[in-house]
Amino acid sequence: METLTGFFTSPMMVELMWTVAQIFAVIVPLLIAVAYLTLAERRVIGLMQLRKGPNVVGPFGLLQPFADALKLLSKETILPSGASKAVFVIAPMLTFVLSLVAWAVIPFGEGMVIADVNVGILYLFAISSLGVYGVIMAGWASNSKYPFLGAMRSAAQMISYEVSLGLVIITVIMAAGSLNLTDIVMAQKDMWFFIPLFPMFVIFFISTLAETNRAPFDLPEGESELVAGYFVEYSSMSFALFFLGEYANMILMSGMTTTLFLGGWLPPFDWPILYLIPGPVWFALKVALVLFVFLWVRATTPRYRYDQLMRLGWKIFLPFTLIFVVLTGGVLLGFGLLPQ
Amino acid sequence: MIAPLFFYLFALMTVVSGLMVIIARNPVHSVLFLILSFFNSAGLFVLLGAEFLAMLLVVVYVGAVAVLFLFVVMMLDINIDEMRQGFRQHLPLGLVVGLILIVELMMIFTQDVSSSNVLATNVSGEISNTAMIGSVLYTEYLLNFQVAGLILLVAMIGAITLTMRHREGVKRQVISVQNSRTRNETIQIVSVDSHVAPKVLEDSRAANKQIK
Amino acid sequence: MSSLIAAARSFLLLEILKGMGLTLKYLFKPKATLNYPYEKGFISPRFRGEHALRRYPNGEERCIACKLCEAICPAQAITIEAEPRPDGSRRTTRYDIDMTKCIYCGFCQEACPVDAIVEGPNFEFAAETRDELYYDKEKLLSNGDRWETEIARNLAADARYR
Repeated sequence: METLTGFFTSPMMVELMWTVAQIFAVIVPLLIAVAYLTLAERRVIGLMQLRKGPNVVGPFGLLQPFADALKLLSKETILPSGASKAVFVIAPMLTFVLSLVAWAVIPFGEGMVIADVNVGILYLFAISSLGVYGVIMAGWASNSKYPFLGAMRSAAQMISYEVSLGLVIITVIMAAGSLNLTDIVMAQKDMWFFIPLFPMFVIFFISTLAETNRAPFDLPEGESELVAGYFVEYSSMSFALFFLGEYANMILMSGMTTTLFLGGWLPPFDWPILYLIPGPVWFALKVALVLFVFLWVRATTPRYRYDQLMRLGWKIFLPFTLIFVVLTGGVLLGFGLLPQ
Repeated sequence: MIAPLFFYLFALMTVVSGLMVIIARNPVHSVLFLILSFFNSAGLFVLLGAEFLAMLLVVVYVGAVAVLFLFVVMMLDINIDEMRQGFRQHLPLGLVVGLILIVELMMIFTQDVSSSNVLATNVSGEISNTAMIGSVLYTEYLLNFQVAGLILLVAMIGAITLTMRHREGVKRQVISVQNSRTRNETIQIVSVDSHVAPKVLEDSRAANKQIK
Repeated sequence: MSSLIAAARSFLLLEILKGMGLTLKYLFKPKATLNYPYEKGFISPRFRGEHALRRYPNGEERCIACKLCEAICPAQAITIEAEPRPDGSRRTTRYDIDMTKCIYCGFCQEACPVDAIVEGPNFEFAAETRDELYYDKEKLLSNGDRWETEIARNLAADARYR
C-alpha cells in the first residue's frame, strides 16, 4: 500500500498526471466546441437561407448535436469486403488524432499552453500537412471509385494550398522573429499582424478554407458528383471520427489564424480594464469570430471548379505570397524594423 | 528515465517499419510503413534536441514527398508476384551493396566524430538550434545553399518544359477573361410586348406553313 | 485600363464581399420557415389527402356499391365486394383501399355518384408498418366520421366548380 501511494506521489507521476489533466482541460472543451460548431453551422446557414435550422431538440435545438451523436453511435459499422482492413480502420483514427494533437502547442493565454515548443509554428504546419494521410488512406482503403477520386482531389488540393500557407507563415515569422507561438502572440502586443500583413491574412484565411476542405473548396466531398468523397464507405463511429476530425480541424485552423494574425489571447485594445477578462476568453471569442466567417463563406459561395481551384492556388496565391515574402523582408530590413 | 524509453521506442519502430517496407506484400502498405519510419526518425531528432530538423523532416518528407510517392504507387497497377520473381537473382548484388553500406557506416562511427568539423560549432543553450542553423547556413555555407537551390530550380524548370505541351485545336477557358466579365456586359434585359408575337416566332410559323 | 480595373476588382474580392454582404443582410431577415408540427400551411378545399367514406346525416352509409371507383382507380388500389342487405338495399360487405398503391389522383371521388368516397384534408397518416396502410371499410368509415365537418365544408366550397 505504501509503495503504491509512494508511486503515485513520486514527482514523475505527479508531473504525468498534471500533463494528463492539462490535456483533458483542452480536449473536453474542444469536443464540446466541435459539437456546437455543427449546430452553429446548421443554424447560421439556415438563417442566411431564410430558414430556421434545427430548433426542436432541446431549447433552441441545443441538444441536437447529442441526438446526432446518438444516432451515429447506434448505427452499424460496416467494413467493405474489398477494403484493406487495417488501413481502413486506421484512417479515421489518424484524422481524429491529428486534429487533436496539434492543440498541444496553441497558447490559450499567458503561459497557458501544454507544450511551449521552440518550433511551435512548424509543429502546427507539420501536423496539418499530415492531415492528408487520413484522407488518402481512407480513399484508397475503401477500394471504391468515389472515395478514391475524392481522396485524390483532396490530397492534391491540400498539398497545393499548403505551399501558400507555408509562405504566409514565413512572413509572420519574419515579422515576429520567432517560431514560438507565445512569442508570436507577444510580438502583436502593439499591433495585430492582420493590419500590416492584411493581404497575407486574407490569403491565409482562404488557404485554410482549402486546407480544411470547406466551401467553396469542398470538391473532395462534392455531393453532386462524388456522393460524399473519401468517406462514402464509412458509417457509424468511423464516420463520426472523420466528422469530428474535420470540424476540430476547422477550429484548429481558426485558432491558428487567431494566433498568427489576431493577437491570440490579447484583448483588442491595450486598456488595463480589458485585461480583467482572462486571455482564454478573448482567444475563444476570436476563434468563434473566425469560425463564423467560415460558415458565412459557406453560405455565400458556390463550389469552385477543379481547374479554377488549382489555378488560384498555384498561379495566383503562390506568386503573390512569394512577392509578399520578399516585400516584407525588404521593408523590415529597410526600415530597421527587424525583431531582435 | 523517460527519454531513453522513448529513444528505444522510436528506434525500434524505425527499424521495424523499415523492415516492413521491404517485407510488406502490398506496395501501398510499403509506402505507408516508409512514412511511419520517417515519422519515427523525426521523433529521434526531437530526442536529440534538433526539433527544427525533426519538423523539417515531417513537413518536407512526410508531408510532401511521401504524398507524391503514395500517389504514384496507388495509381500504378503493380503485380506483386512478378516483382518478386527477380528476388533470388538480385540477392547477391543486394547483399554486396548492403555490406558496403555497413562498412562505410562502421568507418564513420569508429572515427572520433566529435573532433570533426561538422559539430565544431558551439551549441550553447543561449541560441536555439534553429537560429544556429540559420546563421551557419547563410554565412559559411551560403554558396552551397544557393547552388542547391539553383539545382532544384533547374530540375523544376526542366520538368515543366518536358511535360508542358500546347496542343493545337483544344478549346480552353481563359479564366482571367471569365473573371473580368461584369454584369452589364453579360446580361441584357429586354421588355417583350406580350400581345405581339416576336418576329422569330412569326418566321417559324411561316416556315411551317410552307412545309404544309 | 479596363483590364486594370477588372484585375483590381477581382484582387480586392469585391464581388465576393458584395455577396457576403447580401447573406449577412439575409441573416437578420424574417424567416420563411413554417414551424411545421406547430404551424401548418393553408390547404386548398380541393386538397386530396387521406380517404374517407361518408354517411348521410341519419347515420346511413352513402356508398351504394356501384364499384365505379374500383373501376376507375388507375392504381387498382380499391377492392369492393357487395351483397344486398336484409332490408333489400345494396351495400358493400368489403371496401378496401391499399394506401401504398394509391396515387391520390382523386378519380374515385370524382367517379362517386353519391359523394361517398372522398379524399379528406388529412395528410398526416404516416404509419410504422405497411399493414396499417391497408385500409378496410371500418377504418374508412371512422375516418369519415372524424373528418365529416371539414369534408362537408370543403365539398361545399368546391361545389360550384364541379
